[in-house]
Amino acid sequence: MKLALFADIHSNLEALTACLAHAQTQGANRHAFLGDLVGYGADPVAVLDLIASYRAQGAIVVLGNHDAAALGRAMDPLNANAQAAIDWTQAQMREPQRSFLESLPLTVREDDILFVHASAVAPEQWDYITSPVQAEQSLRAGKANYIFCGHVHEQVLYYTGASGRPMPFYPVSGTPIPVGHHRQWLAIVGSAGQPRDGNNEACYALADLTRARITFFRVAYDYLTAASKIRAAGLPERIALRLEHGE
Amino acid sequence: MSMANNTLTPIGPGSEIDGYRLGEKMHTGGMAVIYRLTGPKGPLPLIMKLPRLGHGEPAANVICFEVERMVLGALSGPHVPRLIAFGDVETRPYLLMEYVEGPSLNDWVQRAPIPAQDVVRLGAALADAVHDLHRNDVVHLDVKPENVLYRAAGTAVLIDYGLAHHNNYPDLLAEEFRFPVGNWPYMSPEQIMGVRCDPRSDIFALGVVLYELATGRLPFGMPTSLSGLRQRLYRDPVPPRAIAPDTPAWLQEIILHCLETDAGQRYASAAQVAFDLVHHDQVVLTERGTRLRRAGWKTVFRRWLRAAGYEPAPCPPPSSQINAAPIVLVAIATRNDNDAILEALRDAVRRLIAADNQCRIACVTVMPPEPTLGAARIEDSATRQHIRNLVELRHWARPLKLPEERVTYHVLESGNPATALIEYAKVNNVDQILIGAPPRRAATRLLGGTVAAQVVAGGPCSVTVVRPPVNDRRISPDDIVST
Repeated sequence: MKLALFADIHSNLEALTACLAHAQTQGANRHAFLGDLVGYGADPVAVLDLIASYRAQGAIVVLGNHDAAALGRAMDPLNANAQAAIDWTQAQMREPQRSFLESLPLTVREDDILFVHASAVAPEQWDYITSPVQAEQSLRAGKANYIFCGHVHEQVLYYTGASGRPMPFYPVSGTPIPVGHHRQWLAIVGSAGQPRDGNNEACYALADLTRARITFFRVAYDYLTAASKIRAAGLPERIALRLEHGE
Repeated sequence: MSMANNTLTPIGPGSEIDGYRLGEKMHTGGMAVIYRLTGPKGPLPLIMKLPRLGHGEPAANVICFEVERMVLGALSGPHVPRLIAFGDVETRPYLLMEYVEGPSLNDWVQRAPIPAQDVVRLGAALADAVHDLHRNDVVHLDVKPENVLYRAAGTAVLIDYGLAHHNNYPDLLAEEFRFPVGNWPYMSPEQIMGVRCDPRSDIFALGVVLYELATGRLPFGMPTSLSGLRQRLYRDPVPPRAIAPDTPAWLQEIILHCLETDAGQRYASAAQVAFDLVHHDQVVLTERGTRLRRAGWKTVFRRWLRAAGYEPAPCPPPSSQINAAPIVLVAIATRNDNDAILEALRDAVRRLIAADNQCRIACVTVMPPEPTLGAARIEDSATRQHIRNLVELRHWARPLKLPEERVTYHVLESGNPATALIEYAKVNNVDQILIGAPPRRAATRLLGGTVAAQVVAGGPCSVTVVRPPVNDRRISPDDIVST
């Protein structure tokens, strides 16, 4: 089975559809959306409807902090730009989108895999994983061989060696990496809708569960359209620029 | 099923694993055991490598197995044994691969010192193999005579990738060991400090192998302690010519160039080592090549102080590093190229060397072979023509003011210039070819391709066809098309 993993989509319909199309060419036959479906971008309704249609066919979907904020359940105040986008998003959403978001769990566990938006230590706290120590804590709390997550927008694969300490690996797009069951792995699949590493191509990953391999991808998409929609919606200019520069 | 189960099921000749029948045990190493295969029969002779697992065996064995599986799975070509199949690491780990019969480089090391021409042949083939790995983003990190086999055609094959580093995969061995991993006599200074991603570590090990072949000794001995191992950070080896006086100065120059403590002072690529070995008549001798004594104690003390704070530089991906040290072939038709083309070629080279301070320029021309009956006049004899061509190549390169060690001159003899250039580029791992554009005449186009066109079609690398700026060109009658 080939499981396509998307995180931090942030209402970017152009990025999401480009990644979905790419995943289809790679033979993806199942999908997981790892939170932050909305926020920042200009297409919350279309993105939520599209993801809801995937869930109706068995896709895994978990809640992210921006999704929680859109439901009025923000833990910590967001930055001004993000908050402006959330306020706008709340005005766009109707009952079907709201109830879809309401229905999302914080985590999903299937066999030896845990799907979660941020750290598994306390999913509702939305802690970032930016160091091996935090990756180790998440793996320990998650009690899974594989944790697939997002929240941090850059692609990183944390792997455990014999010393037991996770170490970060920054993947090369398109190279399948063997991820055997005898080790623990924490994959941050990268942001589909708002890449921030200086490369504006959308991120996603494809886990081949049959052959125990994971491949990270970067996909070129129409960021100019996505950015112009953000401007047309009257959202902060900084959000549009971010898509253009990928940072 | 746990991995310890391996020890409960005894394995030996006659055992069958996943349908493969084991034959005689060929090798028992610290980390793995190797069997020949007796069946099923196939086109390739095969071996099976089984990691030593279970009680009392170090955990590193299984990690090295995973590393080798990952790296071998990503490689192909004549310089690596072909990986046919592998077993699951959790249930029955094994690697099924091509059996390369050898001989092993170790056979020559046993007889060392060996003549310089044999060092060149074996060493250049090994350097080619190392370069091929580096081009594929792999650093071997365990280059030593036992890990080098030669195919019948003389091609070197590197085996045992258990300690290798592949830039596209997580490094399972990073920070795994308290002691530096690898074979201590061959280990580079940066490897001792835990760096596992620098292709120049393999160039250091290559230097140790060449030293061993030329002198019959190891340049840094067989250290048994960490402090003994660290000595190479500040103590230079005894110059090969002090041990084996027959060692040519150029060979000592090449060996000690590989063995520089600072990776930045070594050859920038293994292809450059191979190039110098093959074209040793053009190696520029420095003090390295002629010295007969090690550095004095004052120098060693200074280096020792520096070594105490030695911090290896972080390294870029192997292939990007060696791509920054290309070998560029400039094809010069000493007879046919006009001044405008020769100057345009020089301009192109100037731009290359301005962009890249590691690239090497090989100036190459092709002359027809000597007629079987000999030349009628002494001026036309092949030797004279050869010298005249060399003089012209040097004349062409003089305005570039390149340091001597970055430019070489080669006169090839062949009736087919394109084939000769392509073959030269293949053998010498050339990264780019610059060649003058043919005149724009319909006739040459009709005649089925110029030398430049054939090189573009058959060259093993990028080929840049250089044409002088149009306004420099005199208008020839061929350029005027009547309408």
